This record gives sequence, C-alpha cells and structure tokens, in this order.
Amino acid sequence: MNNKKLNLILLGLALVAPLVLYPVFLMKVLCFALFACAFNLLLGFSGLLSFGHAVFLGSGSYITGYLMLSVEGLTPEVAILAGVAVSAAIGFVYGKLAVKREGIYFAMVTLALAQLAFFFYLQAPFTGGEDGIQGIPRGKLFGVIDLSDNLVMYYFVLAVFIGGFALIYRTIHSPFGQVMKAIRENEPRAISLGYKVNQYKLLCFVISATLAGLAGSTKALVFQLASLTDVHWFMSGEVVLMTLLGGMGTIWGPVLGAGTIVTLQNALAAGPLGNYIHVIMGVVFVICVLAFRNGLVGELQKLVKRNF
Amino acid sequence: MNVMRKTLLISAMVAAGTTAQAANVSDDVVKIGVLGDMSGVYADISGQGSVEAVKMAVEDFGGTVLGKKIEVVHADDQNKPDVGSVIARKWVEEENVDVINGAVASSVTGAVTKFMSSKEKITLIAASASHAFTTKACSPFNAHWTYDVVSLANGTVKPMVQSGKKKWFFVTADYAFGHALEKVATGVISNNGGEVVGGVRAPLGTTDFSSYILQAQSSGADVIALANAGTDMVNALKTAAEFGVTDMVDVAGLLVFTPNAQALDPAVAGGMKLTTGFYWDMDDQTREWSKRYMARMDGKIPAMPHAGAYSSTMHYLKAVEAAGTDESKAVMAKMKEMPVEDFFSRNGYLRKDGRMVHDMLQVRIKNADERRDGNDIFAIEQIIPGKDAFLKLEEGGCKFALES
Amino acid sequence: MFDINLFALFGQLLIGLINGSFYALLALGLAIIFGLLKVINFSQGALYMLGAFGAWMGLNYLGISYWWALFLVPLAVGAIGILCERFLIRPIANEDHLYSLLLTFGVALVLQGLFTHWYGSSGLPYAIPDELKGGFRLPFMYLPTYRAWIIVVSLAVCLGTWLLIEKTKLGAYLRAGTENPQLMQAFGINVPLIVTLTYGFGVALAGFAGVLAAPVYSVSPEMGSNILIVVFAIVVIGGMGSIGGAIATGLGMGVVEGLTKYFYPEASNTVIFLVMVLVLLTKPAGLFGKEA
Repeated sequence: MNNKKLNLILLGLALVAPLVLYPVFLMKVLCFALFACAFNLLLGFSGLLSFGHAVFLGSGSYITGYLMLSVEGLTPEVAILAGVAVSAAIGFVYGKLAVKREGIYFAMVTLALAQLAFFFYLQAPFTGGEDGIQGIPRGKLFGVIDLSDNLVMYYFVLAVFIGGFALIYRTIHSPFGQVMKAIRENEPRAISLGYKVNQYKLLCFVISATLAGLAGSTKALVFQLASLTDVHWFMSGEVVLMTLLGGMGTIWGPVLGAGTIVTLQNALAAGPLGNYIHVIMGVVFVICVLAFRNGLVGELQKLVKRNF
Repeated sequence: MNVMRKTLLISAMVAAGTTAQAANVSDDVVKIGVLGDMSGVYADISGQGSVEAVKMAVEDFGGTVLGKKIEVVHADDQNKPDVGSVIARKWVEEENVDVINGAVASSVTGAVTKFMSSKEKITLIAASASHAFTTKACSPFNAHWTYDVVSLANGTVKPMVQSGKKKWFFVTADYAFGHALEKVATGVISNNGGEVVGGVRAPLGTTDFSSYILQAQSSGADVIALANAGTDMVNALKTAAEFGVTDMVDVAGLLVFTPNAQALDPAVAGGMKLTTGFYWDMDDQTREWSKRYMARMDGKIPAMPHAGAYSSTMHYLKAVEAAGTDESKAVMAKMKEMPVEDFFSRNGYLRKDGRMVHDMLQVRIKNADERRDGNDIFAIEQIIPGKDAFLKLEEGGCKFALES
Repeated sequence: MFDINLFALFGQLLIGLINGSFYALLALGLAIIFGLLKVINFSQGALYMLGAFGAWMGLNYLGISYWWALFLVPLAVGAIGILCERFLIRPIANEDHLYSLLLTFGVALVLQGLFTHWYGSSGLPYAIPDELKGGFRLPFMYLPTYRAWIIVVSLAVCLGTWLLIEKTKLGAYLRAGTENPQLMQAFGINVPLIVTLTYGFGVALAGFAGVLAAPVYSVSPEMGSNILIVVFAIVVIGGMGSIGGAIATGLGMGVVEGLTKYFYPEASNTVIFLVMVLVLLTKPAGLFGKEA
C-alpha cells in the first residue's frame, strides 16, 4: 500500500521533472539508472560481480547508432531492438563462458572478455574508432512521433526506463528471483535441492546484459553518439560505483546511485572544483566503502527500521 | 604592423559606432563557453590555461561588447564525446551560450561542432589537430584556429624530405588522430619524392616503445616519424635516444607541444625540429602577452592552444562589434572579412571553409647549453607562410565553401 | 633476408624479456599482497607512479641521486602503504574482498588526480644516471646499459623475494599466516603486524619499480593506470597469490607481448587478455595457482 503510493509519487515527479530540470540531463540519469539496475540484478541479487558490463552498454549503443545512421528510414524502436538483441547474444556467449567461474575469477573472466570486445570495437571500421559514431539521428518512433524534440525524447526514455525497471522488479519477485537469492545465500544448498545453478546464473546474466544493452541503445539516441567511452573498462568500474553508492541488492539503490554520480559529474565539470574531479570521485569511493557499505538506500532502510 | 592594427581598431570602432543603434545581442549578454580537458591527459595544453586566455581576451577587450556584458563559463569535457556534447547542449539550450571555444580530443570536437552547427552557433577550435573540421566535416560555423595536422606535416616533413631524407618509418598512435597525421604526412612525403618504408601502429598509452624503435631501426629508414602526441611521443623519443637510434637516423616528432618538450631531457630531445603555431619567446609582442599569461598561471608558459584561444576569442569579439550583433551568421561573415593580426597570428585570415590561415613556425629544440632556463626551449628556424603551411581550399573538399 | 628477420626476432625476444622482468617485479608485489591479505590492490599502479615521482622529487627538491632514490623511495612508498593498510584496509578486512578492491581503486583515483593537478599531465624529465649510460652492441641489436640493468636488478629482487618467502623462517610465518591466521595468532605470533609489514613490502616493490622506470618512461600521472591492468592480468594468469607464478608469468607475458608487437602491434595491449581468457577457461585457478 505504502509502496504503491511512493511509486505513484515518484512517477508523478518523473513526469513533471523536465519542466524544472534540463531534459537531456534527466535522460542521462535515466539511461545510467537503467544500466545500474541491470548491473544490480546480477551483483545484488545473484552475487556475481561482472567487471565488464560496459560491453553490453556499448554494444547496444554501437549497433543502434550504426543502424540509425546507415539504414535509411529505419525507425528507432527497430534499431533499439537490434541493439538489445546483439547485447543479449553477446551476453549469452560471455555468460556461458563466465558462469562456470566464481568470485574474483568470475570478475576477471568478464574483465578479460570485455577487453577483447573493446579491442574489437576499437579496430572495427564501422565504429569510427576514437571519434565514435557521431550525429546519430533520433528518427521517428513507429514512423510517427518525431523524437528530435528533447521533451518528446524524454518521455520516450522514461517509458523505456519504466519498462526495463518493471521487468527487473518482476524478475526479482518471481520464483526465478527467489532461486537466485537462494543461490547467492547458499549455493551448495541450492545445488543439493536440485537446482541447475549454472543455468540460473546464465539466465540472470543474459537478462542483465540485455537490459544493459537497452540502456546503451537508448543512450545512443539521446546523445546521438556512440563512443569508446561506453565500452571502456572505466565504464564498468563506474557502474559498480553507482550500484555500491546507491545500495547494492536494493531496488531503488542503483537509481539513486546513478542519479548521484551523474549529478556529481555534471556539477564538478562546470564548477570551480573541475580540476579535482578524479580526486573527489576517488574520495567518494573510499568513503562509500568505509562508511556506507549498504549504500544510500541501504543505510536509509536501516535508519527507518531502527526508528519506526 | 602597429599602424595596421590601429587602423583596424579604428575601422572596427567606426563600424561599431554606425551600427550601435541596431545593436542586437541575444538576451543582453555575450556568453562564451570554454570547453576543455581540465583534469586528464590534455589538461596541460588546454584546461585552466585556455580558460585564463579567454578571460584575458575578454578583459583586454574591455569586458563589454556593443554595450553588453561579456561572460565566460567553462567546463571539463573529460575527453569524452558524450560528456562534451551534453555540456554543449546544456550551454546552448539552457544557458544561452553564444559561442564555444575549445575541446581538445578530436572526438569531442567532432561531437561538439556537429551539435553547434545544428543550432547555428559558432565553435572556435583552438586545440584540436584534425583537419576534418574544415574539410569533410566542415561547417559554416567552425573556425579552426591554431594549427592542424596538415600544417604540422608540411612544416616538419616537407623540408626534411627536400633536404634528402627520403625513406620514412612511422610510429603511429593507433587512433583517429594518429591515422590522420600519418596519412597526411605520407602524402607530403610521396609528393616530394620520398617513400614510406614501414610503420607500426601502437595502441594509445603504450608504455614501452623499444620494440617499435627496433623495428624502425631495422627498416633502414632515414627518418622515424612519431605520429603520436603527449606522453606517447615523449616515451617513444626517450626510447629512441636510449637505443642510440637518434645518433644514426633523424626522429621527427610531428606534434610536440611546449609542455611535452619540457618533459624531455635536453640530452634526448635537443636538436629535434618540429612545427608549432606559436612560441612564447618569439618577439616582444609574444613575450608581452606571455608574461601576462604566466603571471596568472603560476609561471607556466603558454602552449599554442592557449594563445590560439586568446586570439580566436579576441577576433570573435571584434567581429561581434563590427557586425553589431551576436547573430552567428553575421558575426562569422565579419570574422571572415577582417584580417587576423595579433601577437599570435601573423598575416592571418579566416578562410571560407573555416580554416584560419596564418604563418607557422619551424623550430628546433634547444640543447642544454643553449638554454637560459627551463622555459627557454625552442630556437626558431624559419617561418612558414600560411599559404604553404595549410591545405588549399580546393584540396580540402569542403562542400559549402567550394559551392558558394 | 631471413637472417635479418631472425635477428630482428631475437631483438624482440630480448626486449620482451626486459619488459617481462619489469612486469614480474610489479606482479610480485600484487601477488604477495593478495596471498596474505586477499586484497586485490588496485592502487598498485598509482604507487608505482608515486615511486617514479618520488625519484623526481628527490632529485629536484632534495638533491637525492638515483642510487639513493632506489633505496629511499621504496621505503617512503612502503610507509605510505602501511598507513593505507592500517587506516583504510584493516577496518574492512573482514568484509567481502570486493570492498577492498573498490577501496584501493578509489585511492588510486585520488593519487592520480592529485598528481595531475600538481604536476600537470605532460610528465617530467628524469635522466639516466651517468653510470648506466651507453650500451652494448650485440650481434643482433644495440642493448642500452640501462635496460640490461633493469633485467638484472628486477630478476635479483624477484629471486631474493622468492627465497625470502620460500626458504626463511619469516617466510614460513608468512605462508602459515596465509593458510590459517587464527592458528598463528594462537601460537603467539603477531599476525596483524605481519600483515601490515607484508602490505608495506608489496607496495614498496611498486615504488621500487617506479624508480627503476623513471629514467626510461615518462614520469607522468597516467603511467600507473596504463600498466596496472596488464600487471593485474599477469597475476591472474599466474594464479593469484602464487609468488613463483607471478614471476614466471610476468616474464612469459613480456615475451608474448613482445612478439605481438612485432607481428600485430595493434593488439599488443589486448593479447594478454586473450591469454587470460584461455587460461581461466582451461585452468580456473591460473597457471600456477592451487584450486580452491
């Protein structure tokens, strides 16, 4: 009941937000929030730390961008679907290779695979190397709605985000999600109960990769740009930070984390502390780990539990 | 020179006087956005230095134009095209920025100029190297100021090939800028009767260049050309010296900024020739400006993008005054009409395609015994007239400029 | 023609070995720290950078020569590492290892950011000491004295460390501490002290490598992050925590990378990750690691 109210309030806020805040900034937050939520599905609810999630974000954005630019008259939803499909396919292959490993070795396999993908995107002619794919047209949604206006684009991105978020929410609260949690808490036990653990992990990995691809595809349309930044291992690190800061394993944590980081980056970029951007991000990392391991949402929940 | 400057100034003032009534400045302020790498690998050649240079131009101009205030805002693009284009969008769509000065990494500049052109706003490009912004990616709203890969190749490569160094080997940074530099330089080499005997493409941020230097050495080349920049260039040159290659063949650094030259031991880099758009210690005019710059920047000497940032801003403001408006098309028309003559630009003019053509300098890195102090790094060898340094308008293939 | 190519190949192999010995030195520090603390020290690259800057600062501010720097800078970097361990890493020693990885990543960002702010991004010059200038003319290449020095001193330090850990009593404590810290504590051995000192030592190795690198590579804030991820891969391939594995893999990967630079230079930064994927898929605990 209470949760429903909260969700409605948040939805209302999201609907009116672009009237107050700059829509492109909000779209950036939404794209990264979706990315972080997708990542959190894997880390927070199945305990698998992928250190190469940027690949899925970047693949989505490259494929969508390339198609929009090179195929005349293609509608954005088709381009997005194509980007998502490619991300899902890569997710399947990478997941198949990685889920056999655990803990830090899982992280390392994903990192190494991501580096290979980075090399591919760096060398492949269609990505434009360092320059990336620039000037991607936003196109007309279903051939009707022109997305070139920022406000229209914003509501489209919001819809995509809500769709992705709802899917994650459903996944977590489905029987499948329950099994994932069981695996996270006690894997040997889950195995002895007869669950095919690796298959569950793989499916979780693919869902996460698919949604990360969705975030990337949407991002490419928002910024009209797909670049190496999206596939670099630094991006994989950034999404870990967002999730950790917001609260890993919580529903809203990654959204809050992504919002905080994007806001911070924006504020720092233009402010007098611009020269210190890396220092400040580093300090945030350290403080998070030392003092807020449960993340903003996690700490908040603790506070609420203690006092009410 | 001075007389010419004065007449120019007067004519500008007269022009301003006649149009003052019609002064049409959007939202009563002329806002300049300085975009640069404030914290990353290019921070030394853009960053805070470019911000200060633009502020100096605004102050020297008097702080107001057409009776309206001039404002400067700045931001860090972190060398990421997505970050840069978001800032540009926000500036133009939310904060009424009229013109952007800056962006270093060609990927960021590409994204920013594309966006600015779509909004019919001017970008003053003072730090980027790629010549794409006045050729295949040209736009009526681009003004490419300080230098480009063509002028670097013409300034450094051409005289060497002509003096009999015919065989070249490239150590190229494996990304867009390196490829462009290599391609242009290869053209210059073959046009002048030289040949390229080999090359390697080293990933960006390679630490150890010894393998490549060894390959270059065994290729039998007369010259090893370093088509890279920043620490990559420094590392490659250091390695060449260490392996005794510099004693036998010439090494040509195709893009060397003053901070890079300062990062090299004179014993390693002394004697190397290179091309630059500006050197702080060239004459009284450059020294006068540079001293003022250094006073604001903890004594750091200006690199060429900093001087270019000042010069382009100054020229833009003069054009706003002359046009009597900050409307981009009118301003750009004036910018292309008025000659660019200041401490930075000699015999300069802004060509139809957006290329600011001005004299370039061929310099030599001084040996240790020639240096007064740490800032005394270049000796000027010759001045390359603008028409010889840059690509010709017809060769560039900029569509709108050729059609008009 | 074939002879020339063969000669060139020899040259590339030797260079690969030189780089490899350098990698081994850096990987060694990481492996020691991981072995005892189970901390994946992402700040190792930044501390390597700190070592190079330390050499530069020593020379320019205090007049400390290269030779003294080789000794003093690792001590200073080690001391900084000890402070880090004591005040940042120890409080989270019992948490998931993921946290210490993130923490050290944050420390690396801070260090790199500060040095970029203070010294700019272009780098600083550091000359090769006079005693090590010049070189030897081998039949197939010119070998600069300083590179020969790198390979000799790196291998000596690696060997010394290996002996220390495998053959001495201190090393035995250390290994026992890795296996079963509670039991060691029960025997009255001060495990936290050993942990702190080990971390200091591992970090000091990075500082030492930094000093060694200063004359040949550009002393710049980025130098650590460029090399870190490669070294990291080496430790994983060798088997995390395996000292001998780190050394052997470091050398091996140097050679592999050297050959790649010859045949397909564009991929030279990536080939190590290809090896890493192949190794982890066939030998999950790395080449020399023990299966958990």
